[in-house]
Amino acid sequence: MGSTAPMEVERPIADVRPDLPWVTIVWNDPVNLMSYVTYVFQNVFGYAREKAEKLMLDVHQKGRAVVSSGTREEMERDVQTLHSYGLWATLQKDG
Amino acid sequence: MGHGFKATRAGVAVYLDAAEANVLRSLVASMVLDVVQPGETGDDPLERALRIGPATEPTDPVLARLFPSAYADDDAASTEFRRYTEGDLRDAKRTDALTLIETAAGGEVVLTTEQAQSWLRALNDLRLVLGVRLEVTEEIHQEIADMGDDDPRYPAFVTYDWLTYLQDTLVQALW
Repeated sequence: MGSTAPMEVERPIADVRPDLPWVTIVWNDPVNLMSYVTYVFQNVFGYAREKAEKLMLDVHQKGRAVVSSGTREEMERDVQTLHSYGLWATLQKDG
Repeated sequence: MGHGFKATRAGVAVYLDAAEANVLRSLVASMVLDVVQPGETGDDPLERALRIGPATEPTDPVLARLFPSAYADDDAASTEFRRYTEGDLRDAKRTDALTLIETAAGGEVVLTTEQAQSWLRALNDLRLVLGVRLEVTEEIHQEIADMGDDDPRYPAFVTYDWLTYLQDTLVQALW
């Protein structure tokens, strides 16, 4: 091997491997209204009504649903926003 | 208690009689504002500047529901998140509650877009507080029907149901 190999080979593998995506999860609870939860998904994420309704039904029927994904920082912002609307939201690494 | 929100040219509007407006204001004051105290910070000037607050998960079930842990499976990360965000979240909830208290009056109440968002969140916070205290379930309508109006819980459940109606009509009016 020549000594002119690109410098990036010296970077730790963990740094160049793309971060696993993070997800925001909304959990079912007996207080939040189906209409309200749908409305919040539309308003916060800009989702179409149909997609927002499907996610709401997933939360209602399955107990939880992944509502957004992205970087950890993005998911922390989503969780904070959802908490301001009173939704029960958490984030975690996907998979 | 038969009036809900409707969409008008001037914005979403609701007719409240004087008693309803009083009930609404006093419930938000006592169940939200008194429960959600302003965000605290430590004495350290840097913590104060960055609005970093205490990190303990609330033991009271109402506060635990209003300020849930952000990570279901990582206590340390939840603690950090709480330190940096709970103060702002408390202040935001108080601002919403105050907006509702200031704008809820007997007669026709017309809300701006921004005020309507505050009402939505404040009504929801109030329902969360009451819902946890009353231990409501998804079968609340059946429970009320089975309860009978001599049940000591009846007035609170009916009030909760009225708040549900107000919030639901507000969502429909905003759509």
